[in-house]
Amino acid sequence: MPAYRSTVLLCAGGGCISCGCLPVREAMEAELKRRNLADEVRVVQTGCVGSCDLGPVLIVYPDEVFYQKVSPGDVPKLVDEHFLKGRVFERLLVKSAETDNLIATQREFAFFNKQVKIVLENCGVIDPENIEEYVARGGYLALGQVISERTPEWVIEELKKSGLRGRGGAGFPAGTKWDFVRKAPGERKYVVCNADEGDPGAFMDRSVLEGDPHRVLEAMAIAGFAASADQGYIYVRAEYPLAIRRTRRAIQQAREAGFLGRNLFESSFSFDIDIRVGAGAFVCGEETALLASIEGKRGIPRPRPPFPAVSGLWGKPTLINNVETYACIVPIITRGGDWYASIGTEKSKGTKVFALAGKIRNTGLVEVPMGTTLREIVYDIGGGVPNGRKFKAAQTGGPSGGCIPAEHLDIPMDYESLAKVGSIVGSGGLIIMDEDSCMVDVAKFFMEFCTDESCGKCPPCRVGTRQIYGLLDKITKGEARIEDLHLLEELCGMVKESSLCGLGQTAPNPVLSTLRYFRDEYLEHIVDRRCPAKVCPSLIRYSIDEAACTGCSLCARNCPENTIFKVEDQKKYRIDPARCVKCGVCFDVCRFGAVVKS
Amino acid sequence: MAVEIAATGSGAPSESQVGAILAKHPAERSALIPILQEVQAKLGYLPEEAMCQVAEALGVPEANVYGVASFYAQFRFAPIGRKQVHVCRGTACHVGGAPKILAEVKERLGIGEGESTPDREYSLETVACIGCCALAPCAVVDGKVEAKLTPKKVRELFQGVQR
Repeated sequence: MPAYRSTVLLCAGGGCISCGCLPVREAMEAELKRRNLADEVRVVQTGCVGSCDLGPVLIVYPDEVFYQKVSPGDVPKLVDEHFLKGRVFERLLVKSAETDNLIATQREFAFFNKQVKIVLENCGVIDPENIEEYVARGGYLALGQVISERTPEWVIEELKKSGLRGRGGAGFPAGTKWDFVRKAPGERKYVVCNADEGDPGAFMDRSVLEGDPHRVLEAMAIAGFAASADQGYIYVRAEYPLAIRRTRRAIQQAREAGFLGRNLFESSFSFDIDIRVGAGAFVCGEETALLASIEGKRGIPRPRPPFPAVSGLWGKPTLINNVETYACIVPIITRGGDWYASIGTEKSKGTKVFALAGKIRNTGLVEVPMGTTLREIVYDIGGGVPNGRKFKAAQTGGPSGGCIPAEHLDIPMDYESLAKVGSIVGSGGLIIMDEDSCMVDVAKFFMEFCTDESCGKCPPCRVGTRQIYGLLDKITKGEARIEDLHLLEELCGMVKESSLCGLGQTAPNPVLSTLRYFRDEYLEHIVDRRCPAKVCPSLIRYSIDEAACTGCSLCARNCPENTIFKVEDQKKYRIDPARCVKCGVCFDVCRFGAVVKS
Repeated sequence: MAVEIAATGSGAPSESQVGAILAKHPAERSALIPILQEVQAKLGYLPEEAMCQVAEALGVPEANVYGVASFYAQFRFAPIGRKQVHVCRGTACHVGGAPKILAEVKERLGIGEGESTPDREYSLETVACIGCCALAPCAVVDGKVEAKLTPKKVRELFQGVQR
């Protein structure tokens, strides 16, 4: 390989591609060629760097200079400054949230330097479509060592020592699960990777498959060796076309390189992997429903036991973990279970990737040791709540999780602590809300999601979620009575206790947790017929502050219902409250703050 | 020789096209969903005749094939528009104003969820989450992610669309 003096890492994760990073790459390559720098500077397209709101993002090595929001038009100037004149192109640097100082390198950027990357160590560093880059980072070494020098028992022992728990939500100890499958009687066994990442707000599994797919393939092969399985399946949702494409390519490359297929590393061990693409059913994230879907059936869960470890795919023992769990395996094998167990808290080991989004300055993927406090994630890494608004709550675990209010900002983010405050780590979605978020509306949003996604097999979930949604709807419309609140709590308890699978059992959590911390907000909706966050359309009204109105007519022109009219003889506008549909378009378009929500 | 029916994205179903897809897969139940996905990718939706053909080839009752197809949100039983609009209703998009975005798209296109414009140019669906939470609220229009949408951006996006 020729030696380059500099390497440009161009993030090509889903977020950056949507922001237009591919034209930036073309412009960069053209410009380097034009300046005769193509032999000195190499452009590498990587997976997700993590700072999705800053895309398209470039990191220039060896100095790790971090450029954000790069457009193709910026490229000639950037090449001129950075590669010809040898100085940092300041216009594209990130500004520090606190000091307004420019941040030149990735190391100096708080969003990155507070993170500990294990799962994401290769994401944004290597080209995910090139197996050689993965191998150059030590890839497939662990698989080779395990097959030629170790026993399945050794692998399981290391995994148990590591204390790794399943990252899909339930947090079951991975080593114990692998051991169950190994010991389950049966000739044929299977390894399955759950990449049906359906929780709205979580996208770390997508990023791992897009940014470092070989890491998952290698881990599944190790799992196959430990559990004596020779076939693996990755179940990916159809909504992730890029992840599917890159994983397919990775499987092909691994087969050609002899890391998948027959007699791996000249041993008697054979292992291959196929992809199954999900067809748009959230419930398929539940393991028994997922297995039914791979078998070609409706994705409907069944009661457990028997657990998949005993009777899974086609009735055979099946090891099923999610993407993030598999992404931890290779480092554990390479560096040892004790090393992994030294990170995190007593009962929650290692790191966890959170998908940080919502009302927060820096959004994207963050990987931190288990036990990092919510405050550190929100303020040190996330840069706090923007636009001078106040932190109100963090929602974790998506539709199965709950809200953490400001009073618990110092909570360590681990399985036990989150359970104590009525939430869950879940898959790692972390949505930050400020004062403009209505907690009843949030609960209603998740319940609507669950009513849509309930598979319909068991009545508590099918009917119960619908009834809960109906009550929440009444509350947000100001039509509820105080008795409805008791009914709501009773119904939540019933659905939780009597549903068949995790979807129904956890569906009431967002309601219960908002009731626990934001009961006053529910009461205000019911008793005062008021939405304090000014979100619920039935409980707010729009009006125009005539002192601030300049008469520009922008609101009137944008009103879909033509309810805004000019006041006679004045250059002012007014809203007809009787006909207003409360869409809020006038509020959004007014440049003078003259439209008032009350 | 069988006459090949020219198929556009949402054109007439073709027995031979489905046959070609069936030939690529083992004739077993576990291939059902991948086959249906390929049929839909080819024909734009799942015509009744195509499902019957798949059922026969796999030895699975027709009712079961329809049962599977109707369970998953991805499968459609009517032709769709040439350009598909998927509005994300994930959590980050919701708190970022997705309901307003959806309302604006409906208004602009004059259709509801699961519907197509009369000229079959656009069809509209909502999706649970497209995983671009940092770009919320967003939508996928004709395969391209449209980030940080506002009602105004939606209007610009569909400017000139005949309702």
